[in-house]
Amino acid sequence: METGSPQEAGTGTAAGGRPVWTGLPPGLLRMRRMLLVVWAGLLTAASVVLPWWLAGPAWAVFALLPPALAAWGWVMLERNWRSWRYAERADDLLISRGVLWREQTVVPYGRMQLVEVTSGPVERYFGLAGVQVHTAAAATDATIPGLHPAEAERLRDRLTELGEARSAGL
Amino acid sequence: MTAPRAARAAREPVPREPDGGTAERRLHPVTPFRRAWAPVAVLAGWAGHDLDGTQRQLSRLTPTTLLAGLAVLLPAAALYGFLTWWFTRFAVTEAELRIRTGLLFRRTAHIRLERVQAIDVTQPLLARIAGVAKLRIDVIGTDKKDELAFLGAGEARALRAELLARAAGLAPETAHEVGEAPATRLLRVPPGVLAASLLLTGATWGMLAAAVAVPVLLWTATHNLWTVLATALPLAGAAGARSVGRFVADYDWTVARSPDGLRLDHGLLDRAHETVPPGRVQTVRIVEPLLWRARGWVRVELDVAGSSNSVLLPVAPREAAESVIARVLPGVAVPSGAALSRPPRRAGWCRPLWWRGHGLAVTDAVFAARHGLLRRTLALVPHAKVQSVRLTQGPWQRARRVADVRVDTGANKTVTARLRDAGEAAELLRAQAERSRTGRRDARPDRWMASRGLADRP
Repeated sequence: METGSPQEAGTGTAAGGRPVWTGLPPGLLRMRRMLLVVWAGLLTAASVVLPWWLAGPAWAVFALLPPALAAWGWVMLERNWRSWRYAERADDLLISRGVLWREQTVVPYGRMQLVEVTSGPVERYFGLAGVQVHTAAAATDATIPGLHPAEAERLRDRLTELGEARSAGL
Repeated sequence: MTAPRAARAAREPVPREPDGGTAERRLHPVTPFRRAWAPVAVLAGWAGHDLDGTQRQLSRLTPTTLLAGLAVLLPAAALYGFLTWWFTRFAVTEAELRIRTGLLFRRTAHIRLERVQAIDVTQPLLARIAGVAKLRIDVIGTDKKDELAFLGAGEARALRAELLARAAGLAPETAHEVGEAPATRLLRVPPGVLAASLLLTGATWGMLAAAVAVPVLLWTATHNLWTVLATALPLAGAAGARSVGRFVADYDWTVARSPDGLRLDHGLLDRAHETVPPGRVQTVRIVEPLLWRARGWVRVELDVAGSSNSVLLPVAPREAAESVIARVLPGVAVPSGAALSRPPRRAGWCRPLWWRGHGLAVTDAVFAARHGLLRRTLALVPHAKVQSVRLTQGPWQRARRVADVRVDTGANKTVTARLRDAGEAAELLRAQAERSRTGRRDARPDRWMASRGLADRP
């Protein structure tokens, strides 16, 4: 149960003791933007057809709303994507996210109970996978979305290995 | 009974004495009577579900059909009760408690003893009359089915002692005859103090006032007796549970210390005997309602993973409560009010007025955060129990350069230090993760008595 083995002290930490952050690959941004465009397109079509049909041609002006929202969302998605980052330090995993509401989570490797790699159908189409870390506390919300599957698997194996080495239980 | 035991002996390599602690046992023979209620309850539920239909059916009943019905129903209920009792067996082995239940669908629960969080013996009123008790074992991941109901009162106590001794890691051959560890009384809550404390709680009076005011208002508005009754009864019930119910449940609250943990005995009608093993407590909360402050009383609550009991002391003077807390969290001194640092003044913009109630103190043993202005709550988390640490900051908080630090524990409780200076919060996040990691090294092992005897435990 000894922690902080010296040969690993340098892995996730630069000389100044500051964590080395890794951002997410652009695949997640691309996927979210595509979903945004698809949904905005569907909504625009619906907001042209329905008011035109039910209330008259003038009401089709509402169709401008979804594209405007989508344009705003396009920018927001990039900001959100940029805010996601993680760092593997010698003894714990750091995850930082959020633009307006920021959250930074630290999970010591010894407290990890389970590491999951998840990938839905859309994510698989874009070649993405997420890693989720569970501890004995349900409130721990340590998820890293949108990784390359190879990186996700590497992370899972490394976290599992470190978790076993430093296992502490409840 | 002989066949399964022979089969088990063949399967398991560990040699056992023929009639030792590992033999499968059954529950107390009184148990079937409890189970016999199940078919009757189903029938009553069906009758209550369709009242008109039931009345029509009842009017058609003749004494003969009634007797015939009873003649079928009673033996059926008795048989069901007998069979469930017959098929429920339990056995204690070196590492686990095994409970086998199920008439048609067999179910075996293997409860690992080193994971036992607490063991409670409870005696509902009827069980007290019958001289039996219910044994509840709290382990993370067990459900309600894994309680042993009912055992003879003496047997329940002996079994609890044995399970705790084994959970503590005592050698299996001695664990069986250790018997109940001697207990020294630490504290007893006098009934007068308990009653006064309930009378000084705002919630009690609020409930009573609501139970009186709401039906009166409804009566003046609607003049409909049924509406009034439908609201008055649940309100009165809630108010009663809040005041009288609490008094009855917490009556004669006794805290005693014994080598296998802290003993809590309480209850006027239903007696409960709970044991909190040391080192299993995830968080402790010291609650201080406004009206109690003049008398220096506090209420102490605790969280143990997988356990439902949450009260350590319903009411006690602060010094006494702190000495009891020192037993549950060994080596922890409760930080005094002066030791808690308040959020910076500019935080008032994020949470007007109430920001004054927040406070934080970090000692080498605990992370202590206070919140609340009128009803103050101080939550303590030992560093060794911290599962993850989070720092959150909303837009308003960023504008005032403050942030929240959240500490997650294994009992699914999160303790939040609110509105700390942003720089301090970042430093706290780093340091807390470090302390959580190193704190575990000094913590007790799961089998806390494995290397020591019973005698030299404090």
